[in-house]
Amino acid sequence: MNMHATPQRTAAETALIDAFGERLSLLPGDGEVMVKRDDAIEALKAGLPTKRIESWHYTDLRRLLTSVPAHDGAVQAKAIAPLLEGSTVLSALNGATAGKLPSIEGVTVQSLAEKLTDGSFAPALDPYGFDDAIGALNTAFVADGYFVDIADGTEPETPLELQNVQAGGQTHMRFPVRVGTGAKATIVERQTGEGAALVSSVSQLVLGDDAEVLWLIVQEQPDTATHLAQFKAKLGKNSKLTLFLMNAGGKLVRQEIIVDAAGEGAVFTLRGINLLAGDTHTDVTMVLDHSVPHTSSTEVIRNVVTGKARGVFQGRINVAQYAQKTDAKMACNTLLLSDDGEFSAKPELEIFADDVQCGHGATVTEIDHNHLFYLMARGIDEKTARGLLVKAFVAEVIEELEVEPVVEALEALLDGWFQTHG
Amino acid sequence: MLEIKNLHARIAESGVEIIRGLNLTVKAGEVAAIMGPNGSGKSTLSYILAGRPDYEVTEGEILYNGESILEMDPAERAAAGIFLAFQYPMEIPGVATMEFLKVAMNAQRKARGEEPLKIPELIKRVKEEAGLLSMDMAMLKRPLNVGFSGGEKKRAEILQMKLLQPNLCVLDETDSGLDIDALKIVSDGVNALRSPDRAIVVITHYQRLLEHIVPDSVHVLYKGQVIKSGDKSLAFELEENGYAGIIEEAA
Ligand SMILES: Nc1ncnc2c1ncn2[C@@H]1O[C@H](COP(=O)(O)OP(=O)(O)O)[C@@H](O)[C@H]1O
Ligand SMILES: [Mg+2]
Repeated sequence: MNMHATPQRTAAETALIDAFGERLSLLPGDGEVMVKRDDAIEALKAGLPTKRIESWHYTDLRRLLTSVPAHDGAVQAKAIAPLLEGSTVLSALNGATAGKLPSIEGVTVQSLAEKLTDGSFAPALDPYGFDDAIGALNTAFVADGYFVDIADGTEPETPLELQNVQAGGQTHMRFPVRVGTGAKATIVERQTGEGAALVSSVSQLVLGDDAEVLWLIVQEQPDTATHLAQFKAKLGKNSKLTLFLMNAGGKLVRQEIIVDAAGEGAVFTLRGINLLAGDTHTDVTMVLDHSVPHTSSTEVIRNVVTGKARGVFQGRINVAQYAQKTDAKMACNTLLLSDDGEFSAKPELEIFADDVQCGHGATVTEIDHNHLFYLMARGIDEKTARGLLVKAFVAEVIEELEVEPVVEALEALLDGWFQTHG
Repeated sequence: MLEIKNLHARIAESGVEIIRGLNLTVKAGEVAAIMGPNGSGKSTLSYILAGRPDYEVTEGEILYNGESILEMDPAERAAAGIFLAFQYPMEIPGVATMEFLKVAMNAQRKARGEEPLKIPELIKRVKEEAGLLSMDMAMLKRPLNVGFSGGEKKRAEILQMKLLQPNLCVLDETDSGLDIDALKIVSDGVNALRSPDRAIVVITHYQRLLEHIVPDSVHVLYKGQVIKSGDKSLAFELEENGYAGIIEEAA
């Protein structure tokens, strides 16, 4: 066997390349966008990333993506109730925007299919660094999504929910959002559905100076779906981004978080919960750049691992030489509830500045038997007592969000998950 | 109500025997005090009654209302009416005290086939009992026992006991860490539970607590056995002369 020979294409790789040929004429885009699509499929032709590529070391996509479903335009996906009551919902069903566009003062909403053809969007499709397989997959196939612009100084009265619901086949969506100077918004990103779909979804947030955003990603795909997602954000001066991520489903999931704290005084907060069950694989990979002085970030990831689930958190923080006074703290804590489950945490700090405060920590624990005994000694049956302790472990990061309706909605999701997986 | 016969038990992990042929009977309506020097096995006995899995019963029997409880898990024992007030109550971060009280009370009600308590009723009852124990409601907004002082933890144990209304109450050194005023308040709480169909086992080092919770019987535990039983005068005797005489006498 020759180790250096180009390996044969996998079934999934072949299916993707074939699908591109079939879909191309139906995909929206101006000339420049089509060039980007073509570049992207060329990148994919070189092969899906394997574990030999550092950023994919724990998620050998080439091996794990065993098949790719065909595009299926016939299936129906139904919109769901918003996470936060009273939200303005922008739904994308089975890969296409649905319903009429809302009119909110100071907020411009366009379908991405339209945006892709207006001659302005191609630069936003540039890949992120090397090995941007999710970016490439999405660029090649993206069919629709929402482009949202929140004008300077605007604070929409209701939260905005970007709803991506799949019903099988393939779904490739993109959600670029610009939040203007001093604007303030709560944005919910729902990723869900009922089919054995291949989903790629890219969210791109540009946060103006002094803007403030709470962005909640709730991923609840069924355990038959592959979910490959990217969240990219660029933070303006003194802006604040709180990103909350909850992974509570999917067979093969990779959520990339790529944040550039590019404006002085920017504050980034990441709180993540991975609820992992069954025979599934979930990867959260963050790359955070502190590129200018006086920016700060904290990241807390809490994982609950049951069954044969495997989880990964890679957290890379780059502090540029010029980015003095950076304050960055990262923690990844795992509660391992089964002998067959596993979680790999890989924090990486690349610090080129000398006057910074940076730290990270990772722990793996089991349920504390003394705590369990105490609860049971009060008459709480073992299953309920375990549930209370597991919930306590993750609920801490939810309570930190402090916004009452948000905390309640997320805790209800937690309860739901524990009821089916507890 | 409680009959312990020739009980032998060891630490599950190391196999070291701690309880070595212990006999004790406590009748309904009775308040029994268990005294004994440090390390004699008092807490171990209380844990075994509650069903802590760290200990293994190797011989003997524990009958509660005539039936063996050895096969029951801690939750089943609690639902059957056995309550242990811990010597060292545990801090459980992330579990809100009120939520815990609600789940515990309703779990026990459910086990007895009763309807769950409605939130307003629950809050009312907790407020009443907390008031009697001079506890601040603000404390109950915190996670369970987290950041409570030693004395606050002991009061919280008695609060739980009063809310759960058990039939067999086992109090492990509830007096330690309490000042005189708190001791009085906690003792009043325990005395309020005295009733003809309830038994109370008070584990203590000191005669002091027994001035407030006057026992019907006193048992001296030493090296995992009850070496002497008597009425409340035995406690006075111990206070006067220490354990040495009784230990010698039993040897
Ligand atoms: N889980 C345990 N692991 C190790 N040693 C234990 C454990 N439980 C009890 N012991 C030992 O058993 C003896 C009795 O302890 P304990 O029941 O706490 O005594 P008391 O409450 O009377 O002071 C002590 O020597 C103690 O160290
Ligand atoms: Mg003790």
